[in-house]
Order: sequence, then C-alpha cells, then structure tokens
Amino acid sequence: MKNSDNIRHVRGESLFLDDFPVPEGTLYAAVYASPIAHGRMKRIDITRAMQVSGVRAILTAKDIPGQNQIGSIISDETLLAEDQVQYIGEPLAVVVADDQETARRACRLIELKADALPVVTDPREAYRQGHLLAPPVVFSMGDTESAWANCNLIVEDRVDIGGQEHLYLETQGALAWPTEGDGLKIISSTQGPTAVQRNIARVLNLPMHRVEVDVLRLGGAFGGKEDQATSWAVMAALAAHHLKQPVKLILSRKEDLYMTGKRHPYSADYKIGLNAGGKILAYQVTFYQNGGAYADLSTAILERTLFHATNSYYIPNVRATGISCRTNLPPNTAFRGFGGPQGMFVIEAAIHKAARALGWPAYRLQQKNLLEEGDLLYYGQKTEACHLKRCWDEAIDRYELSRREEEVHKFNSTHRLLKKGLAMMPITFGISFTNSLLNQASALIHVYTDGSIGISTAAIEMGQGVNQKIRTVVARLFSVDIDRVKMETTNTTRIANTSATAASTGADLNGNAALIAGQTILNRLRLHAAALLGIKDTKKIDIRDERVCIDGQPGDLYWPELIQSAYVNRISLSAQAYYATPGIYFNRRENKGKPFAYHVYGTAIIEATLDCLRGTYAIDSVQIVHDFGQSLDPLVDRGQVEGAVVQGIGWLTLEELVQDSQGRLLSNTFSTYKVPDIYSAPGEIRLTFLSGVDNPLGPFNSKAIGEPPLMYGIGAYFAILNAMREFSPELNFNYRAPLTPERVLLSLYQTKLMET
Amino acid sequence: MDRAITLIVNNRQVSEIVPPAMTLLDFLRRRLHLMGTKEVCREGDCGACSVLIGEGEKDRVTYRSVTSCIFPVIKAAGKHVVTIEGLNRRGLNFLQREFLAEGATQCGFCTPGFLVSLSGYLLTHEDYSHQEAINALAGNICRCTGYLSIERATRKIVDQLQAANLSSRQKLEYLVDQQVLPPYFTNIARRLSDLPNQTYDESVPSDGKAYLMAGGSDLYVQKEEEISKSPLLFLDSRVFSYIERDGREIVIGGGTTFEAIRHSTLLQKYIPRLPDYLNLVASLPVRNSATVAGNIVNASPIADLTILFLALEARLILKSAQRERSLPLHKFYLGYKKLDKSSEEVLTEIRFTEPPDSFRFNFEKVSKRMHLDIASVNSAFSVTLAEDKIAEVRISAGGVAPVPLLLSETNTYLKDREISTSTVEEALKIANQEISPITDIRGSAQYKRLLLRQLILAHFVTLFPDKIDLAAFV
Repeated sequence: MKNSDNIRHVRGESLFLDDFPVPEGTLYAAVYASPIAHGRMKRIDITRAMQVSGVRAILTAKDIPGQNQIGSIISDETLLAEDQVQYIGEPLAVVVADDQETARRACRLIELKADALPVVTDPREAYRQGHLLAPPVVFSMGDTESAWANCNLIVEDRVDIGGQEHLYLETQGALAWPTEGDGLKIISSTQGPTAVQRNIARVLNLPMHRVEVDVLRLGGAFGGKEDQATSWAVMAALAAHHLKQPVKLILSRKEDLYMTGKRHPYSADYKIGLNAGGKILAYQVTFYQNGGAYADLSTAILERTLFHATNSYYIPNVRATGISCRTNLPPNTAFRGFGGPQGMFVIEAAIHKAARALGWPAYRLQQKNLLEEGDLLYYGQKTEACHLKRCWDEAIDRYELSRREEEVHKFNSTHRLLKKGLAMMPITFGISFTNSLLNQASALIHVYTDGSIGISTAAIEMGQGVNQKIRTVVARLFSVDIDRVKMETTNTTRIANTSATAASTGADLNGNAALIAGQTILNRLRLHAAALLGIKDTKKIDIRDERVCIDGQPGDLYWPELIQSAYVNRISLSAQAYYATPGIYFNRRENKGKPFAYHVYGTAIIEATLDCLRGTYAIDSVQIVHDFGQSLDPLVDRGQVEGAVVQGIGWLTLEELVQDSQGRLLSNTFSTYKVPDIYSAPGEIRLTFLSGVDNPLGPFNSKAIGEPPLMYGIGAYFAILNAMREFSPELNFNYRAPLTPERVLLSLYQTKLMET
Repeated sequence: MDRAITLIVNNRQVSEIVPPAMTLLDFLRRRLHLMGTKEVCREGDCGACSVLIGEGEKDRVTYRSVTSCIFPVIKAAGKHVVTIEGLNRRGLNFLQREFLAEGATQCGFCTPGFLVSLSGYLLTHEDYSHQEAINALAGNICRCTGYLSIERATRKIVDQLQAANLSSRQKLEYLVDQQVLPPYFTNIARRLSDLPNQTYDESVPSDGKAYLMAGGSDLYVQKEEEISKSPLLFLDSRVFSYIERDGREIVIGGGTTFEAIRHSTLLQKYIPRLPDYLNLVASLPVRNSATVAGNIVNASPIADLTILFLALEARLILKSAQRERSLPLHKFYLGYKKLDKSSEEVLTEIRFTEPPDSFRFNFEKVSKRMHLDIASVNSAFSVTLAEDKIAEVRISAGGVAPVPLLLSETNTYLKDREISTSTVEEALKIANQEISPITDIRGSAQYKRLLLRQLILAHFVTLFPDKIDLAAFV
C-alpha cells in the first residue's frame, strides 16, 4: 500500500500546491479584480499600490507579450481586462510582492476608474436584451407540434434552478518559475495541464515545448479546475516571465469564491404531453442558461443539458432548445454532471407535475416511460446494454418500496407536524466527452530494473481515486503486487496534448491507454520468458501472482528476476501508448449521432422527513441500485457514489448562491454558503452493485463513476416536496431550487402569510 | 509588540518570537513548516486547520480542539499543540487504519482535521459514544466523501475502544497501547511543567486603545487586518472562566467558553436540554474558544447565547479601572452593533437570578443548515406558571431587529394569562408588531417574520402541547 495516496492523506503527508517547499527567491502574487459588474474602463490607478514597500511589479494587460486571450471554446475572454469589465471579480492586474500579505494589501490600494454600465444577472433578461454567448441550439426528434393533438394531458410550467459553488477545499493557485531559454515550469492545481500549457504559450508568445506543467494532486476540483485553473497559472507564469523569479499565486477563500464561476443556474419552460395510459408522447423545453460574462465551457455544458433533457425516459417527440445567456457574473463553468443535472431536473419536475394532474404517484409515471434496450434517444443514439429497468426493478424489490410506502403513509397519518416523503430517481448518463476529439489519451509506463513500475498518464488525481484505479489496472495486467506500481505526476513533457480529467472519463481513457502500454511490455516479457525457458509457443507463457507460468503452472522465475533478465538482454522495459474511444461521433449540423461510448444506469429511492412547524428537513435514506459494470475498486466506487449523492442533495437543498442586483456575490464565505455537514448527510446510503453486467469499453469491464450518482440527489428535492404535500395537499408550488428551509416554510404557510 | 513564546508542538519544544495577533495556523505552516494542518476558510467554519491544545495542570494534561486559523499562537504559549504530524507513528495509527479501510479519505485536504478532531474526542471523553464522537466532527467539512464513510470509520473506532473509569494517566497509556496516540504523549505533562511560566492574558481592563480579545473567534473573522496592526490584549481565561452560585444568583465569568456552558451541570439544572441547544451553536472547536462575553459584546442581532441569556433576564457586570456597574442585558444594546459600554469597560460577568422550581425553558433556532450555521431566526422562552397562569415569561428573538431583542410587549401581554389557543394567537400578533426584520443573506424579511411566528409557536408546542389547538395555527 505504500504507493497509495490515501496513506499519505491520513498521515497529513500528501503535498498540495501550498505545501511544496518553494524555490529560492519566490515572490508572491495577488490579483486585483473589478469591483463593478459592468463598466467601460478609463484607467487603473496603481500609484498608491506601487508605493507599498515590498511590491516588485504590478502587471496589467499592456504587459502581456503575446495574446491577451484565454478563451477555451470561444476566444472571448481576456486574461486581464483591457477596456471593459463584465463581472465583479474579473482580473485586471497582478500585484507581485515579497510576500503574500504585502501583495494582497497593495491590491486593496488599486483603484479602477470606469464608467458604470447597466448590470444584467438574470438569463431571461439577458436573452430579452440579446446578450447571448452563442446562437441557440435545437435538438429534436419526431414532431412535437402534431403530437400535442394526441395527448390526453398537457402540462406546462417554468422551472428555476440555482447554481452551485464547487467549494473544493484547496483554493485555486499555481507556482511558476523561469527555466533557461525563456522557458517556464509550472506547478498548477488544474484538471487540465495542457490547457494551462497552451494558454501560457499563447499569452507569453512561446512555443508550447518551452512550458512544462506538472500536477501532483488537487485538493478537490469537481470541474471547477477544468477550465478555471488556467488563468491563475497564466498570471503566475506572466509574473515569473517578467521578473525572472519564481512566483506563487494562491487565491484566498474569499477571492476564490467571488472571482470564479459556478455550476450554471438555469431557468426553463417546458410543455409535456401524455396519453391516457401515462405514456409521454411529447416534450418541449427551452433552457435559459446563465452563462456569466464569458463563454468558458458554457456551450459544451448546454449541449449536455440537451443530451440529458429526457433523462431515463423514452419520448418519441422531443424538441429542446438551449440558449446560453451572457450575464454580468463570473463565467460559469464545469461542475460534476456538466449541465446534465439541470436537464434531468426539469424533466423530473415535469413528470412530477404531470403525475399530480393524473392523481398518480410520480414513480408510476416514471416507470411507464423508462428506457428499454434499443430505444432511440432523441439525439440519435440507441441504448445498448441498457440495465435501467433492472436497476429500477431491483431497487423496488430489494428496498421493499411497497412496505415503505405503507410505513410512510402510517407515519403521516399519525403525525401532524412531521411528514415523510418518498421519491424515486432513475438516471441514465452518457459517458464520453461530447466533443468527440477530446476522447483520446496516452500513457507511458516504465518498469525499473528492480521490478517497480512507474506510470504516467494525463489523469489528474483530485480525490476520485483515478490513481488507485490505474494502478489496479496495471497491477492486474502484469499480475504483480499493487505496491510495485506508482502513479507519477501528470506532466506535459511526459504526456503531451492531454484532455482534461473530466466528464467521468479519467479512469476509462487513461486506464485503457495504460492497458495498451502495459500490454506492449507484457508481450515483450512473455517473448523473453519463452526464450529464457526454451518454450516455443509464447501463448503458453503468462505471469500470475508475480511468477512466470507455463500452461498455467507456476515455475521458478519471479517478476524481479524476469525484469532483471529482460534488462540484461536489452529488452525495452518502457512503452508509450495511445487510446481513442472507438465509434463515437456527433454531427453538429443535424445534432444527431452517437456521442457516448456507453451509458451509466441506476435508480435511487430517497426518503425525507419534514418538520412542518419549522420548515426544516432531513434526508433519512438514499437506497441505490447502480450499474458499475465490473467495479475496479468497490471502495473507491462506493465513495464516489456517496460523495456525489450528498453533493447533489446539497445543490438542491442547502446550497444557495445569492447575488445582489449589482452582481455582487453575497454568499461569499463558508459562513454564508452552506454545504452539507456531517449532520445533513443522509441517515443512510444503501448501495447495491448491479450484478452480472459488463462493459467492454471500460478497463476490465468497469464503468465511469464520477458524475452520474450526483443526479440521485435530485430525488431528495422531490421527496421533500412529497412530504410538503402531505402537510398541505393543495400546495401551490413553484418548482425552484434550491429548496431551502426558507422556501419550504414560505410555501407551506402561503395562506397564513396572506392573512397577515 | 512581538513576544517570545515557548511551547511544545507535537514531540518538540519550540521557542519563537511572534507578533501578538499571529494565528496558530500561520505559525504552524509558515514558521514550523508543518504542512499537514490545512488552510481552507480562515473563519473557523471548516475544521481543516483543527489542532489540539493541551493544558498542563499538575500531572495531567487537558486537551481541547480548536480551529487554528482563528486562534492566537500566543495563547498556545506554555501548552502542548498537537497536529496530524504529532499523531503519526511508524506505520499507521488505529484511526488512520480505520479511515483507510472505510475509504474515509478522498482528496485528502480535510482528512488531517477530521483525524485531529476525532483524536481530541478520544482524549477528552470518558464514555465513548458514536453520537458524541460525531458531534466532535461536526465542525469538519468534507466536500468529497459525503461523510458516510467517515461515520462508518468513526463507529468502528468508537466501538472498539473502551476507556471508561480510567484515570487520566491510565487513559493516555490505554490510547498509546491501542495505537491511537504515539508514546510520547505520556511524557507531556512532565515536559509542560518544565516549561517557563508564561502568561499573556491580561486581568486588567483595557485602556480603550487596544483590542481586547476573548476567544478571538469573531475578531479574527471580522478584523484580522486591524488586530494585526493595533495593540492587542487578552482576556484572562483563567480569571474570567467560571460558572457558580452566588447566593440566589448564578454567575458566569465573561471568559467562560460556550463548551463550558454546554457542560455546566449547574446550568443544566435549570435548562436540562442545554447541551442540545448548544449543539446548534457553532462547532466544538469554536465552542472551545468562543466566550460568552465575546458573544454578547460582538452584538450580533442573532447571537445565540445572547438570545438565551435575554430570556433568563441576565445582567451584565462591566468593569473599568474607575468603576464597576451592573446593567440588564436587554438595555446593553442601543442600536445595531451599538453598545452602552465605554471603550475602557470590560464585560467581566453575567448574572441571573436562580429560577424557581416551576421554571420551564425552551430554545429554538432555524438556520439554512441545522448545525454549524448562523440562525435565520432564533428565540428563547422562559416561563413560570402559578396556578395555570403565566407568572413570569420572557421571549427573546434574534434576527428580527437591529439588536438581539426581548419581546417586551409580547411578554407583558402574556403575563398573568392562562395559556390557550387564543392567548397564543394574540401573542403572535403582538410579536409580529414588535419586530423589524430585514432581508439579508440569512433570509427575507417575510420569511423571518413567519419563522419567528413558527418558533414562538414551537415554544408552546414543545412545553405546553396540550394547551393549544394546533389546527388553529397550521
């Protein structure tokens, strides 16, 4: 276990960016950011700040030698604003000083002179005014317009969904130092080292090979360091480049909270139509995505909202429109689920409301419409190895839904002020970057002469256990003790042109690349062993439990001796390999294709208890049947499920981003933005690994796990809502998230409020 | 002025010269390069920087957990500071093994804080229970695991250890034997007694030009830069920390911590559910530092302890070099964060009259997150009945006015009345007229009005469920 990240974690010995010993002569940078949400810049007054003793330089846009541009999908975002500011927290200047306090103190003495312009924070308002990040996108199948006539029930409504702060515990930051020949080395807390490298090269006008980015691990990321780790690393690099000294830039918590983007808030309008039997015939939805001031990853995120707009249901006629709206907020960005959760939430709200109109429990309507094998998803992909109904049925069975319903009914009829609610939440989540080109990875494996193994890939360890999974894959391939296998840092000089560790694909892409590299070495070793042992047919040779076997019979040749012998005989013990996910494509003119390698399926039953006097609630249990394929590491996978579920519940219940009308974040500290604590975690999370499933596209038949279970959290919202209805059956409810205790109480006592 | 301090950090005696406002966190990370203690929020709200402070007293050491980001290193002078590095032994300790086995660590950033908090719990408690162990972890935020694995590991740890009826020394030896603590812990009492006598706490009132720090849990959050530039004095935690009876009065020293109040058997005599109420206030490491005087003087309109003491009709003792005076708590607040207190005066004591036998008490608090959060509205209720009628009653409410509020008109109305549906209905109406909530990050004005109604109702539902007809209210 000595190469396990977790051993270092529990001993407090894992190094994060702020823990590395800094090089001699390191300076510290702080960022001066716009205090207004929209304005035309006249001048940045740095006079007083420059007088602070210990300040070495203050860099602004004019100090950028290359392009002042960091936009990823659309080139619309400057590193340091030049003439307009678009949000509070937009970087304007980098102050470099002898120590962090001085740099931050000097920042507070800088002043922006600007003419204020009108501030828009609401996406629908931005849409009305024509402020879009990109043209609207429409996905459709069938013909919704003619389908309405066949519907026995049509329900329309509006849904509003709040954003979510990542609240990774380690804030954004980077350490950059100059190397010879105008080069730079950067340690960055990023999910995307190549994005950091590419943008430093672009901003400093350097070839990419002059910029080396190295990442050991992140103290949480959740998507917040996919695109938005870049700017801080570029600023540190810019300062190091100018001053020819190492520069460290780490955001304080407050800076991180108000300067960086979040999960996108959405507003949506839907129309859903059903026949008398409860089959959904048509669904039409328009999503207004609150993109913030710059495009960032918003268009890709919006696309995934569209991909998951029908969640786990087969609907023959669908028309979904996505509009990415530009507002005066920090650019919103990737967050676990990447737009999928918002798409799913809206269809669940629609089903919930339609079920109520039918007088049915929502799960009956959900059940009637679940995807089956071979169903055509409205973006053109057919379901394959669809285990959704198995998960659904097994959840009902194993967790005894009907008995639970009776218990809840009994509880509710005997309690006046406490009510319980149950909800079911099926998920179907597509795995692959929807931008097909990103689905590529490479790996480099060295076997050292003592038999120890080092693996480099593009995978970034941020708590999700990808290191453990790749070590498992390689140890299993070679059939050696996992202690022999170590993951190296992710480094752009060892692994070039990386895709970010994102979209739940880290273990799939990098694990598959590592498998191919490992297989190359293994093949050489088997050939060598065959020669050594005088066996003609190499197929008879394999390695099991560190021993060379002939026809499955272990002999006397052990792994260390085999490696030593291979080395002495000049057999290469290193291999590099490349993997690209096969068979995926998406046609963006027609918005049809097969964007996903496969889907992940599962079902959760969620129970909540509501205190109808105080408006507070607890999630009693979340009971899940989930399709993991064949789990590479059940402990890691369980941890991913539990963490994602709680994060999903947090998003829809406690976690409320509050801005004032001028675009200022008010929930800007730990004390005002509340994530789940140990007491708000569910009373229990029961988890069943669906048995007898495989997945040829995942290493050793495993499936991706990072994002999908977050969406079980959506069920918590509807469980609480169902409990609310037990208290006030005539509740007039606006589908708004998060469902804070405030929203609950105000909804429950609408009539009392009108009386006063 | 910088001061010289000597302390024991883990297994090592350390002497350093430090600025008075330097936090223990910065001292550990920047001076000693002990990087296992993490900086995350710098406001005591996440527990990633949790450390233990051990205070020697004769041959025993008493430990408590604190959040080092809002704890002045000066207050650690002469004490034992334990970080994650100080819990390590060769291989893994028992807690680390269980965390590993349950997958209770993911990104690793919060993990040292959890392990320090849990070790603190095992060091400070007699009978281990899962419930109290979780309470000791409630100040630690994890964004990765969802806590379930941490709970499982904690349950296994607590189930396997049994330290009841052990002396302090025996318990240390037991925990060393069980591989919870490294062996050096057994020598710390002796080593602490060998340290030079150091005190930076001040027993004298301030001259008004310096900041006076009690627990520091608000000052560091609100004024970290100011206190680093001004003279800084410390309320003497040994002189001003006590809860005792004085004739017919109960007296609480201003420097008494929240956690000391939570565990006070004297106070629990009158308020049996006090530990439950205080569980809703901050978190253990903050309760271990935050003081009652700090809570009252900080003058937050939502201060939990202030709301509680308002309902006890508490009086404050304010001392300056020239004089000492007594003031009813509800008259202390003149406006938002405006106090009837000169800058020379120090709040040294809180007093209230011992309640009669028929005394009943209830405290309600609703916040966005139930624990480790600031209330949207809180309220306390004290009542004594005489032959079915209300003889004395005090309802206080926080978050509904610029100051922590005693609902005087509501209280006047209720006095001498019988508790009934119509009485409560009328009281709710009067209370609604007494308050002036504003919309802020804790909730809308409309919500706070409604919530106070609900919480007053909750007082009656909790204490007198048979006297009101719920249907009239919900």
